[in-house]
Amino acid sequence: MVTSRAQVVIIAGCLIFLGLGLTLYKAFNLGFPLWPGQYQDVWTVESKTSFRPLTDSSVEVELTLPEMLAGWTSLDEHFASSGFGFSILDDRADTSLTQATRRARWTRQSLDRPTTLYYKMQLHRASDNSSLPDFPILNPVQPLLEPDQQAAMQRLVTKLDEKSSDIESFTSLLIQEFLRDSPDQDTLFLMESYREEPLTVIMDALAYRGIPAHQVRGIFLEDGRRRQTLSSLIEIYDNNSWSIFNPDNGNRGLPDNFFIWQRGDGTILNVVGGRNSSLEFALVSNSLPAKTVVGMGHRSDEVDFLDFSIYALPVEQQGIFKGLLLIPVAALVVVFMRILVGVRTSGTFMPVLIALAFIQTTLVVGLLIFLSLVGIGLWIRSYLSALNLLLVARVAAVIIVVILLMAVLAIASYKLGLDQALTVTFFPTVIVAWTIERMSILWEEEGGQEVLIQGGGSLVVAVMAYLAMSTQIVEHLTFNFPELMLSLLGVILLLGKYTGFRLSELYRFRDLAAK
Amino acid sequence: MIQFISPSRLRHLGILGMNRRNIGIIGAHNRRKDYPIADNKLKTKGAALSRGIPVPELYGTIEHQFQIKMISERLKMRDSFVIKPAQGSGGRGILVVTKRNDDLFVKAGGLQIDSREVQRHVSNILAGLYSLGGRNDSAMIEALIDFDPVLAGYSVDGVPDIRVIVFRGVPVMAMIRCATTLSDGKANLHQGAVGVGIDIGTGQSVCAVQHNQVISQHPDTGVVFERLQIPQWQQVLDLAASCANMTGLDYLGADVVLDRLRGPMLLELNARPGLAIQVANQAGLRHRLTVAETIADQTDDQDEKIKLARECFSSTRVASGQLALGPM
Repeated sequence: MVTSRAQVVIIAGCLIFLGLGLTLYKAFNLGFPLWPGQYQDVWTVESKTSFRPLTDSSVEVELTLPEMLAGWTSLDEHFASSGFGFSILDDRADTSLTQATRRARWTRQSLDRPTTLYYKMQLHRASDNSSLPDFPILNPVQPLLEPDQQAAMQRLVTKLDEKSSDIESFTSLLIQEFLRDSPDQDTLFLMESYREEPLTVIMDALAYRGIPAHQVRGIFLEDGRRRQTLSSLIEIYDNNSWSIFNPDNGNRGLPDNFFIWQRGDGTILNVVGGRNSSLEFALVSNSLPAKTVVGMGHRSDEVDFLDFSIYALPVEQQGIFKGLLLIPVAALVVVFMRILVGVRTSGTFMPVLIALAFIQTTLVVGLLIFLSLVGIGLWIRSYLSALNLLLVARVAAVIIVVILLMAVLAIASYKLGLDQALTVTFFPTVIVAWTIERMSILWEEEGGQEVLIQGGGSLVVAVMAYLAMSTQIVEHLTFNFPELMLSLLGVILLLGKYTGFRLSELYRFRDLAAK
Repeated sequence: MIQFISPSRLRHLGILGMNRRNIGIIGAHNRRKDYPIADNKLKTKGAALSRGIPVPELYGTIEHQFQIKMISERLKMRDSFVIKPAQGSGGRGILVVTKRNDDLFVKAGGLQIDSREVQRHVSNILAGLYSLGGRNDSAMIEALIDFDPVLAGYSVDGVPDIRVIVFRGVPVMAMIRCATTLSDGKANLHQGAVGVGIDIGTGQSVCAVQHNQVISQHPDTGVVFERLQIPQWQQVLDLAASCANMTGLDYLGADVVLDRLRGPMLLELNARPGLAIQVANQAGLRHRLTVAETIADQTDDQDEKIKLARECFSSTRVASGQLALGPM
């Protein structure tokens, strides 16, 4: 017993020191801030270019790289191109071109399977100044239209002209026209005869009216999106300046969460020797200390081999690890509450899963959803118990009931305009079903009091785990210093050898003091 | 304000905490391979029978779902019986039928159920609802204990059982668990049964507690616990101690019942006995375990161990701190 104890102490000690040592090394030698100061959002954008190669043909893929506009700056970029020849074409210095761009080019002699090429960059918004630089004004080219289209276009433009006072209001009305539930006949006819996105019709109508305009393509930044695609905005020239409209809602101005990939009508992706090409984006946002952000640009190359931070991973995995790295903290809370405090929970690590769901739903909403799910579930379960079913079938039935409840809750809340309750889907269905089953058995066997004790215990632990996980400093430390997990492991090993009393035992045995 | 006791006071009293029990006692002394014989009541019964240790009669077992339909047929001849999961934990899933009322079964406590209810219960047992880790289980049907009338007033609607903690073959602490109306006929302390600490030396009651509170009378019958004396005490200790040899477990709790005709019988074994016994005895286990260790080191003979234990663990002597160990 002594030897196993000594072993644990030695191993735990080593782990704790290793974790702390690495952390301190990173903090003091590599300049990672230990304490989260001012935070900045850093977006990691990963573009995935997928295509199927044609047989017996060389492949050439050209991807136009974004210009950094509207206050955005790039901290780091990275191309994955195994087996491809790779180069970056930069003709921005060439002033003779109207649309100077920077393009990545992948080439390969032959290819026999569908392939995905990756381009990853890290962005942050250095300033809030969203004004755009000048852009060459091209005189609009009249669209080629069939006579009936021409007539419809003429009527549409005349009608909007009558209602509008200037170019800006004309554009705004034009977009509204295409957003209406019941557009008038001309609009409807144009949309049907074009067989294309309303955006194309809008661009043509602007050209028909003689307004210089072009598309601005880019991505709406949404944290955690895996398969975001390019969106388009419309930029028009009026009164010696350019202004931007969003064709999806008619709003004017550059949306805050829009990252411009390309301004102007050129192609973004050009694949020669391939078909079915697609361009998708995975997005993750990290709140990083301002100090780190500043340092990132020039540090990334020198210390890559030492820095086993999560930033080295592809974006999708980063997003997953962001959550995974918090779980050890929640596990520590459970270990602490059970071994040192002696709280009874239903299911050992069930509180961790509930806490993870709370992160998605926020605390109050999560608690309400959880309580209503379990409450209604228990009520339905009490009927199932009268039906005399086999256990596995009964739990399966409860799982289905839980999913139905979740659907009902989601639909009802959506109809009522309570978007928050939509996060109900983040609750682990099977765990909730088992919780209901266990609680119901507990109720029948030991009465409601025990249900309250264990259910309450589980919720208290879940809330504590949630509070621990959602603390900014914890989030900061786990993500920036994953090696702290080693120290955590050491602490948990030590707690596993704790033979002292639990807090609950000090209460349980309180009457012995009298003796 | 919640009242707590200080850890140093508990340590002084020698109270064993849950963490120390798990690591220092169970983890260090009980081998995992010996657990099944205690965890599985069928195996316990088999081992006990082969060693001549008396156990309640086994009417039959049900291992498969299809056998459930025949259950009414098999129970036709029986007026009273107990159905329990072979690997149940914490006394869960035990159905006690005390008599028949035509087609209906009368449960302990007077509630009547029909045979479908019984079938549902058995089906739940087979699916592992009451078992450790939810494993598939089998149900066993046993004779209902006809308990010794000496203990009649001490337990309501349920059989009182005597829990003896045995460490390395030395009985160290004992209590009798008496069912109450509140505990629904079950002898489970946290459900409201009364735990009465029993002096290892004399078999007399030391103290009675319900819900961790000291009481003097049975809450339902009003019988005073102070006069409680377990009959055939030597045999009870003997039976408990021989379970240590039988299982190979160094630390175990033996649950013994007293049958009117057959005397002490082994009901079940527990490889992880709870700590409430300390409250019922108003004494800690740690000092006693140390003494038991000394006794076990001195002798291998079971009778000798029990004799020394009865001398050392008479509560009057422990309280006064005289832990003299006979002339060895």
